[in-house]
Amino acid sequence: MKKLINLTINGLSYEVAVEPRQTLAELLRYDLGLTGTKIGCGIGDCGACTVLLDGVPVFSCLTLAMEADGCDVLTIEGVADNGKLHPIQQAFVDIGAIQCGFCTPGMVLNTLALLRKNPHPTEAEIRRALSGNLCRCTGYQKIVEAVQEAAITMTK
Amino acid sequence: MKKELKIIGKPTPKLDARIKVSGEAVYGNDITLPNMLHGAILRTKYPVAKIESIDVSKAAQLPGVVCIITADDVDTNNISYLNDHPVLKKGEVNCIRDEIAAVAAETREIAQKALTLIDVKYKVKEGIFDPFEALKEDAPIINKFAPANNDKNIAHPFHYEHGNLQEQKDRSACIVKKRYNLPRVTHCCMGTCAVTADYSKMENRLTLYSQTQMPFLYQRDMAYTLKMEPSRIRIIQPIIGGGFGSKLDMYPYEPICALLAMKAGQPVQIAYDREEEFLASPTRQTMVIDISSGADKNGKFTFREVKIIMDNGAYTSWGATTPFVMMQTFSSLYQLPACLFEAYAVYTNNPYAGSFRGYGNPQATFAVERSIDLLAEELGMDKAEIRLLNANFKGEITGQRLEFISCGHRDALEMVIDKSGFDGKHCSTGVSQATQQNMKNSRSDTLVACGMSLKYESSSDKSVASTIFQRNSERYKRGIGLASMVHVGGGAKIYPSDGCGTTVKLDNFGYLTIITGSSEIGQGSETVLGMIASEELGIDMKNIRVINTDTDVKPWDVGVHASRTSFVAGNSLLGAVKKLKNKLSSKAVQLLETDIEDLEYENGLIKSRKTGESIKTDKVVREIHFREPNELCEESYYYEPDSKFQDKGFKGNVSGTYAFAAQAIEVEVDTYTGNVRVLDVHVAQDVGKVLNPLGLEGQIEGGVVTGMGYALTEELIIEKGMVLNPSFHDYKLPTAGDVPDIHFYPIETNDPKGPYGAKGVGEAPLIPTAPAIANAVSDAIGIKIDDLPITPEKVLKALKERIV
Repeated sequence: MKKLINLTINGLSYEVAVEPRQTLAELLRYDLGLTGTKIGCGIGDCGACTVLLDGVPVFSCLTLAMEADGCDVLTIEGVADNGKLHPIQQAFVDIGAIQCGFCTPGMVLNTLALLRKNPHPTEAEIRRALSGNLCRCTGYQKIVEAVQEAAITMTK
Repeated sequence: MKKELKIIGKPTPKLDARIKVSGEAVYGNDITLPNMLHGAILRTKYPVAKIESIDVSKAAQLPGVVCIITADDVDTNNISYLNDHPVLKKGEVNCIRDEIAAVAAETREIAQKALTLIDVKYKVKEGIFDPFEALKEDAPIINKFAPANNDKNIAHPFHYEHGNLQEQKDRSACIVKKRYNLPRVTHCCMGTCAVTADYSKMENRLTLYSQTQMPFLYQRDMAYTLKMEPSRIRIIQPIIGGGFGSKLDMYPYEPICALLAMKAGQPVQIAYDREEEFLASPTRQTMVIDISSGADKNGKFTFREVKIIMDNGAYTSWGATTPFVMMQTFSSLYQLPACLFEAYAVYTNNPYAGSFRGYGNPQATFAVERSIDLLAEELGMDKAEIRLLNANFKGEITGQRLEFISCGHRDALEMVIDKSGFDGKHCSTGVSQATQQNMKNSRSDTLVACGMSLKYESSSDKSVASTIFQRNSERYKRGIGLASMVHVGGGAKIYPSDGCGTTVKLDNFGYLTIITGSSEIGQGSETVLGMIASEELGIDMKNIRVINTDTDVKPWDVGVHASRTSFVAGNSLLGAVKKLKNKLSSKAVQLLETDIEDLEYENGLIKSRKTGESIKTDKVVREIHFREPNELCEESYYYEPDSKFQDKGFKGNVSGTYAFAAQAIEVEVDTYTGNVRVLDVHVAQDVGKVLNPLGLEGQIEGGVVTGMGYALTEELIIEKGMVLNPSFHDYKLPTAGDVPDIHFYPIETNDPKGPYGAKGVGEAPLIPTAPAIANAVSDAIGIKIDDLPITPEKVLKALKERIV
């Protein structure tokens, strides 16, 4: 039986009917067309589906849509501001942290959560924070550099 | 005077980076078409069985199911270059991936539910899961479609030789014989396989939104399989979530999706989840390599004699032709007077292998470079010196007739030896095995001290563990290893053409569109193309667009493989740009009243150096377009590298040029747990010329880390034909915390044929990584590493055996 829930996604209010077994990732991608959230494994191993739920990074593939009732969700589509990239996104672009780009949305959102909590992370802290986000293209080096660059820009 | 380059060689962000970083990019499984259905495939429950019956009646009655197909419902040709792979299996199954039926339904859930309602009666049979068993006299035929002229269960044999083997054996002072076992690893593209098929009955046209990296060969293969005219099929490539060679072949799910769409009369999408990706997508060839290699008393290499048994799995993909690349390494990596190479792709009932970045070369290079360390040890030679002594050189024509018109092999080796302090740290020079063994304990203090002085601060920052550890020379042993490689760097002439077509179109507003046959799979090729055009025409990158995703629009190209795109598509673009520039220059000369040699293209202007006068490029376009004889500013060019087809003995200069690389890697082995930690990686690669440092570094770093996974953690475990670890939980990819410092030193040899002197880059970085790590582990703890991955379990076992 579907149930109505209310939530805010990227600053917009939604009232949606969801199945009890439906995940937040499925709601975002299939019902709302927010395909920027990627599903790389569906079982919480790869981090591609990371979104912020009330500011906290979660695997949206392991979060039931119903758990988001009354919550504030930030997906990759809500990170840039009217065509202007967020400093984290800009750093990913400038440093070359993107190849195929499939892991990028999850990486960006996880970085956003990290830098809000810890604006001056050490390299070890960055690597630990991103160790739940898999990437097969970049070898992580440029992603770590991008996070460092973003940290500098954001605290200027 | 050499012209100063304005954008080539400067860090340039990818053209597609903004859409990828903002969630706008549309990948295969993001596509939704009006009225689209979801397809799902029923695969066999057992790797080997007779199918006695298939009953789809219950599934067909499930509300929301639109159509179901089995082999009986379709008329298709087999796929694969050996024609040995039916799309839907009939009567029998031969590996765990085998497709028995497919469903199209209104939702993913209904499609999945329907699969559970299809009733298949199996008669389970014994399978053959070891290629050596498959070669035995009494083994049954595994693939009944296999080429009839081959010996039983051999899908593809290869034989290559040069030089006088016996003579070289006789003059060898030292011969090392080894058997190496290389594991089954898989691509792990973060974006799983997905295809969407849309068939128009009115037009008899099939459109496939496909992740292929070879769209034109895919179009041809699809047409053959479906018994359609190729031109009735249009391939559109959405953004691709990682390729690495996995999208070289067409796989059964793709024509199955087309068949469902044609039967349903509605678009159908098939998208794998991660488990299906692990179960049903290809792997790197697992192989057993027997190699015997020799050197004379001075350390000059004399010969290599190689026999390889590759597990082909139940069907054949392009991956079965990896010996084609491997033989280049065995015959031509380091100067070599004689080589005998045999390889057999052998059918088994295991999941079939495919092609994977490096295309056999990681395996071949592992065997060559491990054996070189053993030869050096036997001869009491320095492991750096023996490599430098035998290094390839510019102008060399190898036994296989590969022509090294530019060659940074020695430079790459010298660079990593120098930068890693290789001589200083490794201690096996001039000592016998036994002495080395005795020296191990006494030298370990020195090793650690030496290691600490080298960037210890930064590597300690990397890992929480290392800040906690009190370094214990008894427990932690450090070692360093060296390896190098050669790989095609200017395409590979395997198909009737190794070319690429390009059309460039400059519009009335000065905006350039590059329509290229080549494909972007994340590697950054379209950005490099944009840079080349920007450099030549003085047009800003933001006014350049690359169109590369539609076979109805773009000119022919063989595809993304063999690290060829920058070289071949780059040269093709240069050809087209040259024609366009001729047209513009002829008009500009009139307008500026100057000579053609005097013109300069810069900042959207065409300038006269002499007079200092300039004219906007778009104005010149309008002058050409809107005044008689009214022409478009649009030109096309087809570039074919001047490489050669090899003869029946596989001899000939198969690539436009060759890439070289060397790596020196330092590791630390925890002798209590067996864990190997990579501390430092030094990479030098002959890239010809750096085009885009950002893209290049990304290729290098990503390649090295993929190589690290191959060396240390990754293995797709198959037992009796079943995949035991189809998830990232159990198949261990390197994570951000596992990655060491990677120091990269590009070697610029300015290849005479490459665009601006550049050569292929993409596959090379992962090729020497595993042997360098294995050599380092061996250096650290004195055990022989013959198998990958080097798991803690294997290290501990070897250490224990050594004590006993």
